[in-house]
Amino acid sequence: MSTNQKIITIAVMVLATVIMRYLPFILFPDNKPTPPFIHYMGKVLPPAVFSFLVIYALKNVSITDGSHGIPELIAIVITAAAHLWKKQMLISIAAGTVSYMLMVQFIF
Amino acid sequence: MVKKLTKKKIKALRRAAYVAFPHSLPILAGYGFLGLTYGICMSVNGLHPLYTFFMCIFLFGGSTQIVGVSLLTAAFDPVNAFIITFILCARHIFYGISMLENYKGLGLKKIYMIFGMVDETFSINYSAQPPSDVDRGWFMFFVTLFNQLYWIFGSTVGALFGTMIKFSTEGIEFVMTSMFVVIFIEQWKKDKNHLSALLGLGVSVISLLIFGADNFIIPSMIGIFAVLTLSKGYLEKKVGDEE
Repeated sequence: MSTNQKIITIAVMVLATVIMRYLPFILFPDNKPTPPFIHYMGKVLPPAVFSFLVIYALKNVSITDGSHGIPELIAIVITAAAHLWKKQMLISIAAGTVSYMLMVQFIF
Repeated sequence: MVKKLTKKKIKALRRAAYVAFPHSLPILAGYGFLGLTYGICMSVNGLHPLYTFFMCIFLFGGSTQIVGVSLLTAAFDPVNAFIITFILCARHIFYGISMLENYKGLGLKKIYMIFGMVDETFSINYSAQPPSDVDRGWFMFFVTLFNQLYWIFGSTVGALFGTMIKFSTEGIEFVMTSMFVVIFIEQWKKDKNHLSALLGLGVSVISLLIFGADNFIIPSMIGIFAVLTLSKGYLEKKVGDEE
């Protein structure tokens, strides 16, 4: 690929990204009342989206081979337990991440 | 009078940045190392560090940029690049709809905030509850800005010096998963009704099992949209009760 072709490819990717990010705000601008259905969606989507993001973050974990998703499962339990116990976001995230790193580097 | 206002504004900005910073720390770790990996990958594939740098500024999307490595090293095919990016970014429609209310009336900075609303920034800005003396608009602006700066920094350092790094950071990328788990728990505690969270979980898992890791975003989005539309009668009553 030539330099120009690379720049065109990147520009096209920027275009697709920008369209997706601005679309809702262009369709439903501040100065017009948001349709009730979109307003409803704005309220009920976030919990479903956060569920999706957890699965999205785990999408490449295979249960059938490798370490069978065991380090991921343990690290999630540690994250959740730390969070329910201390309620300190950074501590929970650090506990989960460090335990995961230790597991994948030394055990699995 | 004018001077006083400006001083007051600077103070408010500083306060918002100060409060936003700790919220962005997990992203410093996550984007720092993910960016490093990405930057190394770009350079190893013979792509000049300037590509990495400018893509982090103008494209700013982790998964899109990582897929971009293979798009930029394959045969020239802009239509394919457009479609793949479009599909990867479909979830941003949902972030936008969820943030319509929160981003209302924020003026010019909103233009940047919409551009910079990646997964992690959306999650933090939607769920964080800064103290009431903090300007929420500027708080969200700084979360967006800090996150992008981490991404630019990590990726560019990776692109320039990545091959010199010796210690093992294997597994550090789990910081993102961990953060999503914590935000999920926070949201769960806030909700009185868990139907939406459970439907989201079910639909995402089923889509992943059927369509696989590379193709499950769009089916998940359609599925979530469909089940939430179908449960509108029930959920509207429940969500309405909470207000």
